[in-house]
Amino acid sequence: MTVVQIVFYVFAVAAVIGAIMCITQRNPIASAFWLVSVLMSLAGVFVLLQAQFIGVMQVLVYAGAIMVLFLFVIMLLDLGGKTSDRRGAPSWVLAVVVGGAITVSMAQLADYTPDQLAHEISGSTELNADVVLLEGQRLQEAIEARGVVGAIAEPLFGFYLIPFQITGLLLLTAVVGAVVLAKRRI
Amino acid sequence: MLLGPSLALSAVLFGIGVIGVLVRRNAIVIFMCVELMLNAVNLSFVALSQYHGVGGRVMVFFVMTVAAAEAAVGLAIMIAVFRHLESVDLKNINLLHG
Amino acid sequence: MLLTLAGPAAQALEAVPRWLVLHPHWVWLTVALPLAGFLINGKLAIAASGPVPLLPPKLAQRITEMVRRYQHGIVTVVGTGVLLAAFVVSLMLFLGFQFLDTQSAYVLRLWSWIPVGRFQVDMALQVDQLSLVMLLVVTGVGSLIHLFSVGYMREDPGYARYFAYLNLFIAFMLVLVLGSSFLVMFIGWEGVGLCSYLLIGFWFEDKANSDAGKKAFLVNRIGDVGFMIAMFMIWTTVGSLDFSTVLRELPAAVPVGGALITAITMFLFLGATGKSAQIPLYVWLPDAMAGPTPVSALIHAATMVTAGVYLVARTGVLFAMAPISSTIVAGVGVVTALFAASMALRQYDIKKVLAYSTISQLGYMFLGVGTGAFAAGIFHLITHAFFKALLFLGAGSVIHAMHHAYHEVHSSEDAQDMRNMGGLRKAMPWTTVLMWIAALAIAGMPLSGFFSKDEILAYAFGRGHDNPVFYLYYVLGIVTALMTAFYMARLMAMTFHGKSRTGADAEPYLHEAPWIMTGPLVVLGILTVFGGMINLPTWAGGHHWLQSWLLPITATAEMYLRPELPHGTTEYVLIGLALTAALVGLVAGYRLTVGQTIVPARDAPEERGFWKVLYHKYYVDELYDAVIVRPLILFSQRFLWKGVDTRVVDGVFVNGSAGISRFLGQIGSRFQTGQLGFYVLLFVLGALWILRAMVGGG
Repeated sequence: MTVVQIVFYVFAVAAVIGAIMCITQRNPIASAFWLVSVLMSLAGVFVLLQAQFIGVMQVLVYAGAIMVLFLFVIMLLDLGGKTSDRRGAPSWVLAVVVGGAITVSMAQLADYTPDQLAHEISGSTELNADVVLLEGQRLQEAIEARGVVGAIAEPLFGFYLIPFQITGLLLLTAVVGAVVLAKRRI
Repeated sequence: MLLGPSLALSAVLFGIGVIGVLVRRNAIVIFMCVELMLNAVNLSFVALSQYHGVGGRVMVFFVMTVAAAEAAVGLAIMIAVFRHLESVDLKNINLLHG
Repeated sequence: MLLTLAGPAAQALEAVPRWLVLHPHWVWLTVALPLAGFLINGKLAIAASGPVPLLPPKLAQRITEMVRRYQHGIVTVVGTGVLLAAFVVSLMLFLGFQFLDTQSAYVLRLWSWIPVGRFQVDMALQVDQLSLVMLLVVTGVGSLIHLFSVGYMREDPGYARYFAYLNLFIAFMLVLVLGSSFLVMFIGWEGVGLCSYLLIGFWFEDKANSDAGKKAFLVNRIGDVGFMIAMFMIWTTVGSLDFSTVLRELPAAVPVGGALITAITMFLFLGATGKSAQIPLYVWLPDAMAGPTPVSALIHAATMVTAGVYLVARTGVLFAMAPISSTIVAGVGVVTALFAASMALRQYDIKKVLAYSTISQLGYMFLGVGTGAFAAGIFHLITHAFFKALLFLGAGSVIHAMHHAYHEVHSSEDAQDMRNMGGLRKAMPWTTVLMWIAALAIAGMPLSGFFSKDEILAYAFGRGHDNPVFYLYYVLGIVTALMTAFYMARLMAMTFHGKSRTGADAEPYLHEAPWIMTGPLVVLGILTVFGGMINLPTWAGGHHWLQSWLLPITATAEMYLRPELPHGTTEYVLIGLALTAALVGLVAGYRLTVGQTIVPARDAPEERGFWKVLYHKYYVDELYDAVIVRPLILFSQRFLWKGVDTRVVDGVFVNGSAGISRFLGQIGSRFQTGQLGFYVLLFVLGALWILRAMVGGG
């Protein structure tokens, strides 16, 4: 095991524990704080995956802005765990069965390798990842040439410009919508 | 080399999010569980983008934006609902009952 | 606009002056001009009736006032101007066509109209010898009738509406004659039907008029169904509706005289009987006289009703290939001619006489095209357009004068009843002379009508030795000619001669119509006298110009039918026979009518004996009413309404399906608990199912 792998597993275990605590805590505020810990752990994982910029964004936007919004609303509505909102045992069993099934279905990807990805893209077992996955290599080259931010910024303002603009429109709509919904009288 | 473990972690977090949505009744906690699921998906995107190109990372940005928008509107709805019902417990919110 | 020439490249000759070269724009301009007139006049008619929307009320008020003040002038200039312009353009087309180095049709493709798989229809206009002739008749006679209308309709409150309809009619009529495929022709076919309906019911405040419009529309529908079925059959056989393709490929695709070609032509002919008022669908035309008289002249005498003849001539090859059909066409034509002429003998309404006369003359045309003498049929179509338009417009003048006179003395007498006329020649000398010219022409004196009618009869006689039934047709045709001369002389005598029966107080107010009305009459009179020149037979020193002009159209059909004119003595005997019949009819009709004492309509006794049958038009309307209309109404009420609609459609389909939906909805609503958790659970299970399917499959 390399250092990177060890650190990854530390973050992974922290994230899983945080997630479990998040959904089992009776008090929503506690849930929110556990969720923050999950998001922080994930930010670490992102850094390990060489997505440093996304890791930073994760901390700023999610752990910072969005979670503060959640906490703010919980406190505003005074939902500090006076009564339990957890469902009964049958619901738990059902949920664990269903959620577990989904997890197990997808966790089969644990031994997924880049070569398998190359195989699925090219449809040939002959070729290996280095030949097929040129896009990944280009990303590496772009990171080396322009830095982590530049490598994302370039496609974001180029190829993905129109989706980017539409996202801006979406945010504007959300802002207006949130104001309209939350205001008592307009 | 972290591809497989990352995807597995993503799957586990997603499953926990699903269980959370199913067992909680507090609408705001459910929102948080949804955020958890979105993050799990983000992790998949980032892990795969190392081999599949920068598109995945750009997509993470869009997911974050949608999550932010969703949280803003969703929480605004919750405030409106709370003002109306004095509660955000889903067992009280059943206007869609046929 | 995409302008392309189809078929053999139509290049102009070198030495022709530039302005004479046929230009593609002229083709669509002929249609576009009247259409533009319709739009302008229609807009004016609407603008005068209410304030213009979307404008400040004061400004809208000003505009409405201005429109009201100048409307009459604008409508007159636009309404007649577009027609005269269209006539000039038609003349240019006619001249330009002479200088094309090809005899085949000049097709202008405007745009692709219906491109659906194998079903391709272009919006295309076709200029050839036949459509050019029709074009000139429609725009020429149309222009004269428009001019006449300026005077006739001057005081009508619906002046702008009238000219809008009239312009629209001309536009559709030109689409009909210029259309290069059955479907484009069908646009015009239906369009003129619409305009006919609108103009018959022009004075729709009177229920009888709007009923007459509806009758015309409905009876025409029956024929149109036939036309459509024929189109379906043609398309399934050839895979095209273009005239050029169909007329070239259908003869090769089906056997001569076979069932298919007979069926196609019979259905086409059913369409023609509807539009051209032949047995059994003629009943709408007499009622169509409810419209303004110039409309009767334009639509129900000179142009629209000849569309059926045009259709048969256009698809002449098909009829020539189906001997049974063409014999039936000729037979229906001559029987209609006789039948309608006999009904005209005992009508008192001046326009009704002319209406039956029109049906009768249309019958002659069908006799011509059914015999295979397409050129003769078209020739009669042209001369008929001249003299019948003249007769109708003359009748219009008379009615105008009568109506005016009765209006002055506040009398409610019938201004169209000939029993109220008599002695009008003193008040209306011009009209009298011109009407006599037309009456002589239609009766068979050697003016335009004589040559065309004689030619048709001669060809029918000539077909006799192939098919003896044509001898019978010839005899019926001569009898019809006798009757025609009789009723025309009767009409003239009752209207213009003898003692005046108008009433002493109204008589001084009778007067000749203004020049805007008499002028077109004079032009039509000249055309009536000299119109026969275009196809003067050899014995009269002519060269059959029209026949040779139409040869590219009729040549293929004549290969099958080989129509022949009798020669030598036979020819002269036939001519003598026709002239004798006409003379006998004229003299008898005049003498008998002038000799008898006619009482004005208000004192007229009931008709007796066979005259009563004729006066009541053989009770055909009553027969149709009893055999078709009433059973249909009963069937609709008892079965279709109370049975099918109430029980089956409302009961089973509407309420039944609603009940089933309600039942299923009640079951489905059990799943709608309103609990979000339940929905999420179902959603997750669905996601799991999809995931399983993907993992299992991949």
